[in-house]
Amino acid sequence: MAINWFKYAAPSSFYGLIGKMIPWFAWSSGILFIIGLYIGFFVAPTDVQQGEAYRIMFIHVPTSILSMFVYLVMAGYAAMGLIFNTRLSSMMASALAPTGALLAFLSLWTGALWGKPMWGAWWVWDARLTSELVLLFLYLGFIALQAAIDDPRRADRASALLAIVGSVNVPIIYFSVKWWNTLHQGSTVKFSGTSMHVAMQQAMYTMLLACWLYVIAVSLIRVRSIILERERNTQWVTDLPEVTK
Amino acid sequence: MNRLSLFGLLGLVIRRDLILAMRRRADVLTTLIFFVMVVSLFPLGVGPEPDMLRKMAAGVVWVAALLASMLSLGRMFSADYLDGTLEQMMLVPQSLSMLVLGKIVAHWMVSGLPLVLMAPVLGLQFDMSAQALWILIAGLLLGTPILSMVGAVGAALTLGLRGGGVLVSLLVLPLCIPVLIFGTGAVDAAITGMSVASHLLLLSALLLLALVFTPWVTAQALRISME
Repeated sequence: MAINWFKYAAPSSFYGLIGKMIPWFAWSSGILFIIGLYIGFFVAPTDVQQGEAYRIMFIHVPTSILSMFVYLVMAGYAAMGLIFNTRLSSMMASALAPTGALLAFLSLWTGALWGKPMWGAWWVWDARLTSELVLLFLYLGFIALQAAIDDPRRADRASALLAIVGSVNVPIIYFSVKWWNTLHQGSTVKFSGTSMHVAMQQAMYTMLLACWLYVIAVSLIRVRSIILERERNTQWVTDLPEVTK
Repeated sequence: MNRLSLFGLLGLVIRRDLILAMRRRADVLTTLIFFVMVVSLFPLGVGPEPDMLRKMAAGVVWVAALLASMLSLGRMFSADYLDGTLEQMMLVPQSLSMLVLGKIVAHWMVSGLPLVLMAPVLGLQFDMSAQALWILIAGLLLGTPILSMVGAVGAALTLGLRGGGVLVSLLVLPLCIPVLIFGTGAVDAAITGMSVASHLLLLSALLLLALVFTPWVTAQALRISME
């Protein structure tokens, strides 16, 4: 049996497929959020050193991890769109960007809320915080460039190039910020190396999975609207039941 | 007519852009005046205590240089784009990367080099020591070409867009953070008596990296913007 591997690379067939998939991702994400938050707030014990405030980590750590991961995925899709000239890859890249920016922002925000009781300051110029801030700037640059160009093809390709340059730069920026920090003020306060309680781990991983599924669900919903917007002049869009209605 | 060698092309483009810049000296001077003004505003904002000024001098000069070089990026391709020269240049059967490199070098000589030459005077305003001044100049000499090169990518991507000037800063400034860190780090190291070699060597490494990749990336960006 010959399988057509590229069937779902066409926006028309992908649109229908993800329409069926989105509810699954959304519901499982919602359920996992509830489970994760329940374990995080009611099962996980109070931390010896940090008291109750540490619980913000159940949001903070997943958003931080995913904000970096989503940038790589976005740059990967953008590169694929640039190299293979596949329309759908570029659409995925632009669908992921706002979610990535939101995650980076949430990571900074929750980090500030966590930093105030722990370090006594909303913001310290720690290497991680600074590079997360730069990551947010990179997301915003990507979104701004895409918004400034009217022609979607040019917008896709220009922002793809920017995303690739950005992802090459991310390690350079990270290390330069790290060295800058160590040169200036020595080691800063770090999360204590004590082994985590099992319930804390469970809550963290559940929340990570929940956030991951949320990212997938939301970006698929967004890519569906991007597909509709860009393909609005095609026959298959006008034939869609939700459009003809 | 025989084909130009690669370096013949480079020289030609640099000469052309320098002549064009010399015919419009006001543009060059505006960037320089902006640089001087921004640096001079800082003491007014934070107060005239020499100790504090000495400590922040390198950072202020570097940030001002960063902003000033953003200001002049719009000029790198826009004039040639508007009168159609850029399109003709892209049709030339020569390496577009080399052509772009020529434009970058010319741009740096017009907008980066004056900043480097002006920096010591501004450093004196901040009561910097002679040794720190030399390190500042060395850092700027290595760093400002990187700003021009990374900036060229941004300028090519935003060619002919609405509000291109602000947009290009938004795209390029985050990418220039390492240059800022190593440039100011070198001066700090010199003041505290540590070795400055590591910072300057890292800046040189970044310069070489940018020299290899950015002309090519800029050429790709131009192709995207011009099609």
